[in-house]
Amino acid sequence: MKAGDELPPLEIAVTRTLIVAGALASRDYQDVHHDPELARSKGSPDIFMNILTTNGLVGRYLTDHFGPAAVLRKVAIRLGAPNYPGDTMVLRGRVEEVVGDTAVVRVTGDNGIGRHVSGTVTLTVPTAAADGNGAVPPGGAG
Amino acid sequence: MDDELHARLKAYEGRPAAVAGVGRDPVNAPMIRHWCEAMGDRNPAYTGPDAIAPPTMLQAWIMGGLGGHGRRAHAYNDLLSLLDEVGCTSIVATDCEQEYARALRPGDEVAFDTVIESVSPRKTTKLGTGYFVTTRTDVRVGETVVGTHRFRVLKYAPSGRGPEPRRAGGSEEKRDGKAAEARDGKASRARPRPVVNRDNAGFWEGVRRGRLLVQRCTACDTLRFPWLPGCNACGSEQWDTVRATGDGTVFSYVVMHHPSFPAFDPPYAVVLVELAEGVRMVSNVVDVPYDKVRIGMPVELEFRTYGGGGEAGEGGEELVLPVFRPRAAEAAP
Repeated sequence: MKAGDELPPLEIAVTRTLIVAGALASRDYQDVHHDPELARSKGSPDIFMNILTTNGLVGRYLTDHFGPAAVLRKVAIRLGAPNYPGDTMVLRGRVEEVVGDTAVVRVTGDNGIGRHVSGTVTLTVPTAAADGNGAVPPGGAG
Repeated sequence: MDDELHARLKAYEGRPAAVAGVGRDPVNAPMIRHWCEAMGDRNPAYTGPDAIAPPTMLQAWIMGGLGGHGRRAHAYNDLLSLLDEVGCTSIVATDCEQEYARALRPGDEVAFDTVIESVSPRKTTKLGTGYFVTTRTDVRVGETVVGTHRFRVLKYAPSGRGPEPRRAGGSEEKRDGKAAEARDGKASRARPRPVVNRDNAGFWEGVRRGRLLVQRCTACDTLRFPWLPGCNACGSEQWDTVRATGDGTVFSYVVMHHPSFPAFDPPYAVVLVELAEGVRMVSNVVDVPYDKVRIGMPVELEFRTYGGGGEAGEGGEELVLPVFRPRAAEAAP
């Protein structure tokens, strides 16, 4: 694990089911996340993914890659182009900085209409899990 | 921009949005499992006897759900009501920043306090005009702060030109710079209507009759375009018109990639055409790809009709505009 490392992209099929399941699992009953008719009446072309689901998917993307021992410390995201049903979002990540066993990863998620999410995740990755290379010196390895 | 309302909104900064709120349910395995199923998250850390909750679930534990926010403080409701009253009736989340001090585990009883951190000045976004409201929530278990949750919403008045449904078939072409317009449904929008006033009515009357009219000062014979009340050369207010032949050359141009506007489909060239009579006008060059437009390209006038549409997608009148196409002789490759 070192600065500059790219995470393999993760494709998320933005299905209607995912949008609704994510909204309900996060206890978000805003109609724009499950009712197309009401979403349209509010000026949206369709229902769209709620921010909690995006947050959950970003968290999953990181722990999928770094493994169950990785501990999320901070997740900060900003939303742009909405995730509408039928689209595909591709999550990408790049390690920006490594200090000790703590990494800062820049994450983006692009869909068919633009950048749905951009953000930064700070997580602790026990050194044993950091590529099995032993301790990573502060400031990252060369 | 003078925004007296913003001063009233700013008064809410620092006031509580929720005091001693309590999560509807203790952290529990079924909700964790539903979350993981929805997210497709198979992290083993979230199952089994030593399971922790996915950290990104932090906000889920404090959501009001269908039952609503029983402990929401007056200040927050007042702030939202005030925004409703001024037409900012829609809301969309834009930012979420969470820090996790320690993992939550089944059985943890979550409490929280939320403060209104800031209210932005009025902002105009693609969705509409409104205000960003940022709150900060400390999530506690007992006296221990287990996480903080900063959340930003845009409370806005939807712009009249709301997005249109996506075209049937769904999958939009992925092209850089197309995002905003695709979101707006675009391409089918009517062109902006010209503002016709006393000073330029003669020009638009000419267009209606298929004539491109240029003003001429009757005192000094100077031609001028666009239409103005007086002569730039001598100041005279007396004028008549000359009908342009329609021949011209591209004097300059820019290619618009961004920002996108509802009636236009970027990239497209905006050209400054120098008419044979010597005046210049801003227009479009049609029937030629944007990247084939060149300075010096000979062009000729065409009146093109742009179809109805209108703000609501129907009922708009057709609009005739003078545009230019490559001059016939030069059009061949």
